[in-house]
Amino acid sequence: MDGAPNQSLMDALLLRYEVEQFFNHEAELLDSRQFEAWLDLLAEDIRYWMPLTRNQEFGKWQDQHTRAGKDLNWFDEGKFELEQRVKQIMTGLHWAEEPVSRTCHMVSNLQVDDGGDGTVETRCRFLVYRNRTETETDFFVGKRHDTLRRDADGFKIAAREIYLDQSVLLAKNLTIFF
Amino acid sequence: MSGAGSIRYKGGLVNLDKGMISRDIFTSQQVYEDELERIFPRSWLFVGHESQVPEPGDYILARMAEESVIFNRDRHGKLHVFLNNCRHRGMRVCRYDKGNSTKFACPFHAWVFNDEGALVGVPKMDSAYHNELDKSQWGLIEARVYSYRGYVFACWDEAAPDFETSIGDLRFYFDDYCELPDGTYGDWEAFGGIFKWRVPCNWKWGAENFSGDYYHNPSHASVDAVVLSPAGVKGRHTYDNITRKREVELLNICVWPEGHTARGQLFAENYEYLPTYQEMAVVEDYFRDCYNKRQSLRGEKARFFGHGGTIFPNVSFSNGVQSMGSWHPNGPNETQVWRIFLVPKEAPDEVKDVLRHYVIRYQGPSGLTEQDDMENWGSAHEGSRGTIARRYDYPYTMGMGHESKGWSEEWLGGEVYVTENVSEQNQRAYYERWADLMEHPPTAPQLRDTAAAAE
Repeated sequence: MDGAPNQSLMDALLLRYEVEQFFNHEAELLDSRQFEAWLDLLAEDIRYWMPLTRNQEFGKWQDQHTRAGKDLNWFDEGKFELEQRVKQIMTGLHWAEEPVSRTCHMVSNLQVDDGGDGTVETRCRFLVYRNRTETETDFFVGKRHDTLRRDADGFKIAAREIYLDQSVLLAKNLTIFF
Repeated sequence: MSGAGSIRYKGGLVNLDKGMISRDIFTSQQVYEDELERIFPRSWLFVGHESQVPEPGDYILARMAEESVIFNRDRHGKLHVFLNNCRHRGMRVCRYDKGNSTKFACPFHAWVFNDEGALVGVPKMDSAYHNELDKSQWGLIEARVYSYRGYVFACWDEAAPDFETSIGDLRFYFDDYCELPDGTYGDWEAFGGIFKWRVPCNWKWGAENFSGDYYHNPSHASVDAVVLSPAGVKGRHTYDNITRKREVELLNICVWPEGHTARGQLFAENYEYLPTYQEMAVVEDYFRDCYNKRQSLRGEKARFFGHGGTIFPNVSFSNGVQSMGSWHPNGPNETQVWRIFLVPKEAPDEVKDVLRHYVIRYQGPSGLTEQDDMENWGSAHEGSRGTIARRYDYPYTMGMGHESKGWSEEWLGGEVYVTENVSEQNQRAYYERWADLMEHPPTAPQLRDTAAAAE
């Protein structure tokens, strides 16, 4: 042992730090309602997807989520559709978001894999707290699988899979971003 | 029968002579308990679409009022709806949202029922029951089932009229909904998955809203400012870019006394197809062909363009997004909404994909339109609860006395009432039926003869 740092471990730590910084920045934008700036973090060809979750028998547990591209999903959209959601909120007339939601996006249990081709595969757990009006409160808890793509400005989110761990959605709406 | 503490509904909470309805119909625990006895067990309730259980042995869990039911296709191909409830101690005998099975085994004491509801297995039949349990008497509780063009309804009440009698003159409008875009009857196919979510309001807010509340359109100003329609232009409906819309009136249609309602439009004669999906040739061709075929098949009747409606008491159908949404009661102050969406089974994949994206962005908790509806219902519900607020009834007077019986166009269906433009006629018809049922408690507990049902 000459005390020299293990280079691959250092690379992994650096990458993890970069991704953490990126997700923290993203959460900051969402929680401060800078939705247009948030849209800038999304790749033009992003796929933003949240399936439904079902109770399945033993041995068929892998079918618990509805399929992308075929079944009903809570979200199955690209950037154009997400832009429309932001525009709707920014009209100030979207009553489900007026008064606005107070949100806290928390991300943890981060796992990062360098895809080697300029992409980074990440897995994490999320907890999004929402409170609005007087006592309206929701907790959205689940797992996220993001594909990040490196470009000149840093990362862009190329794909986001959101697995909300609820079969009956406990909230009355999904007006927030994950 | 009016005992102490019984509530007067007809002429009481629902006073349609004056067009006034008490806020208590939404918030009172006693009203709610009466509904569970008087409305739901006596009505045909929507449980699902045949395409959700295409193969022998397929099942899904459905819901009737507050209770879980199994909707299945047995190994012989017959459809059933069973209370999902073990006859021994009440545990759910099926706890998966969907699957394929010819047996439903209760996890508690291991009673086993088959796909026709018969009790086929009882542990310790010899040593504990001494063979004294007559299994033929202890099958699953089964509802009457009727598939209308693939849309499946169930009813607990043996004495209730059959489904086709019960929908009455809604038939023309529900048939219109069941038609494929080309005007023929054929197979619809439900997308996989059921939207299930909770809304903090009484179940009737959704039913009433979908029955004919064109008055609330201003609350959708935010979605009308963005692009939701697959036409790729501003607006939420596929027809928002169709200039002919201005030539026609909105129609409110109610079926009395059954309490069913429909909404739609009547287009000008020989209205032309307007390109809607120009950017997607396959989809554009499909809908243009459908338009042409429907015009030649239906002739003048093609002028009717349905929007949707509510089948009393708690399922609303929506044309265009082709959905069926059930407003399941979950206590007076909460609704559990279940909704499925369907597409023409034989449509090209591109068409299915466009429609799938459209519908999940339109309705439901992630839908740009219904998000605002639910905000309205939740807030109106909360506003119906206050001590002072409850003293003041709601007016359902809009358009009273301006209803017309039947149509100017006699080919349009049945002995219905029609009001053009914006009106609360449909809500009045809906609550009149509601008050009728609420005023008349069932005379005796209605137990299904499960032995007969299992035969």
